Amino acid sequence: MADVTAGDGALRRFLHGLPGVDAVGLQARAATLGTRSIKTTAKAYAIDLAISMIDLTTLEGADTPGKVRALCAKGINPDPTDRTTPRVAAICVYGDMVATAKEALTGSGVHVAAVATAFPSGRAALPVKLADTREAVAAGADEIDMVIDRGAFLSGRYLQVFEEIRQVKEACVREDGSGTAAHLKVIFETGELQTYDNVRRASWLAMLAGADFIKTSTGKVAVNATPPVTLVLLEAVRDFHATTGVQVGVKPAGGIRTSKDAIKYLVMVNETLGDEWLSPEWFRFGASSLLNDLLMQRQKLSTGRYSGPDYVTVD
Amino acid sequence: MSDRNDRLSVLKTYKLFVGGKFPRSESGRVYEVTDAKGKWLANAPLASRKDARDAVVAARKAFGGWSGATAYNRGQILYRVAEMLEGRRDQFVHEVADAEGLSKSKATAQVDAAIDRWVWYAGWSDKTAQIAGSANPVAGPYFNLSSPEPTGVVALLAPQDSSFLGLVSVIAPAIVTGNTTVVVASERAPLPALSLGEVLATSDLPGGVVNVLSGRTAEIATPLAAHQDVNAIDLAGADEELATELEKAAADNLKRVVRPQPVDWPADPGTARLLAFLETKTVWHPMGA
Repeated sequence: MADVTAGDGALRRFLHGLPGVDAVGLQARAATLGTRSIKTTAKAYAIDLAISMIDLTTLEGADTPGKVRALCAKGINPDPTDRTTPRVAAICVYGDMVATAKEALTGSGVHVAAVATAFPSGRAALPVKLADTREAVAAGADEIDMVIDRGAFLSGRYLQVFEEIRQVKEACVREDGSGTAAHLKVIFETGELQTYDNVRRASWLAMLAGADFIKTSTGKVAVNATPPVTLVLLEAVRDFHATTGVQVGVKPAGGIRTSKDAIKYLVMVNETLGDEWLSPEWFRFGASSLLNDLLMQRQKLSTGRYSGPDYVTVD
Repeated sequence: MSDRNDRLSVLKTYKLFVGGKFPRSESGRVYEVTDAKGKWLANAPLASRKDARDAVVAARKAFGGWSGATAYNRGQILYRVAEMLEGRRDQFVHEVADAEGLSKSKATAQVDAAIDRWVWYAGWSDKTAQIAGSANPVAGPYFNLSSPEPTGVVALLAPQDSSFLGLVSVIAPAIVTGNTTVVVASERAPLPALSLGEVLATSDLPGGVVNVLSGRTAEIATPLAAHQDVNAIDLAGADEELATELEKAAADNLKRVVRPQPVDWPADPGTARLLAFLETKTVWHPMGA
């Protein structure tokens, strides 16, 4: 695949040569997959799996070290009344909170994910974005969630976007001499990409540039992750894997608030990519309020009575 | 030209009333409702435990706004409900007469009493604090004030025998103080309750303050009694055996429980139900020098 990224023209030809997305078919497929009935033991499995896939997120201007520490405590032990509850996959914070989160999560196995590259707009010069990334990695981030430059993408400067992702990927290499690197998740902000065709192109572009994960949204705009958009990402990952043998993860983010929604996404993953992807290593949910709903559902399954918001934390 | 008698009457589809909307039962089920003589009247939705769960979510969502509204505002909205009931009087007379096998004049008396009762409770909105609150004498330089606050989400099992007057007599006192409710209509005679939902929907009452479910009382009440997000339950419509079971389930999260007891619905209701679903908040405030 190296030849398609050789130059601007080649990359453009390749991306525009991708088959177009049948929007009606896509939406129908996503809707059909959302009608599966997942009950009893399968539901219990799905809920635990979904909890273990959550990137528990706080990305507010009002974040304080105290709030981040509280969130970390919740991530390690989501339901203190039931110690069999799995922990979440990662805590997702702004770059300046990485050190706080890292300290709070020491030894827990929960990763720290940091948003970087002028999140959420991505409107900054490249050196600033790279410095942002290096800083977060140096502070101990295990994963970097970067945003692409939608302005450049929409005006067709694909190679610029490609180069940016590649350089951020390089910036993810830890400078402690271990040779290891933070995992890179690339956010497309699909709500701003206008068409499913663009989403498919962005997916391929990011995977060609070396993304470890592709992610739908920042959660900061009106339209966030939807089942059809996530299905486009999943299909792109499937096709990329078939072509190159490289496995890439997927992370829908924003707007997923109920267990029912989360289970629909898991069905989609299983039907599109197979159970190889049904692990926190290859599929994540970017969410904050989803965890509480999953915990309430879990309590319902274990006690037989409906739980309420009084029995989970506020944040 | 067709004769007037050839006209096919339009049958009414009775639906649940949840969150200000009129959904069918999530389960898709209905059951046959008959009049006192066994003649078919209509199909009513047979609500499932998931409908109960959805109703509790709707009631919880509505609680902040309704309990935070001024007492004056709540009273005005309840008066408005009474105005709307007045406009639909004939329909309710008809439904009550069918459901309870009453003559038209007796049914009219029931409906009139129900509307009057609604107005009576509406008047209580800004007066409960006067009888349930107090300024307490304390040994110190403090004002010590107790005031009643609504309990929260209240599950109401409407009386089985009095399909309209009894129904109004359990709903109005619960909501006038700021609670939000999930009402399980009389199992045998749910139609007046479902029609009441239509009245409430057009009376400025915020969606979710009253949610009406119809179906098997035992099936719907069991998950409501065990529900951790329901704060109180009125067992008026439960028989002795069911009430005991529900009371046990309700003990789990310390719900307030009103036990079933024989009630003469047309008689003066007193303030018992009005004061049943209140919590007392006491504030200590330092006096000036």
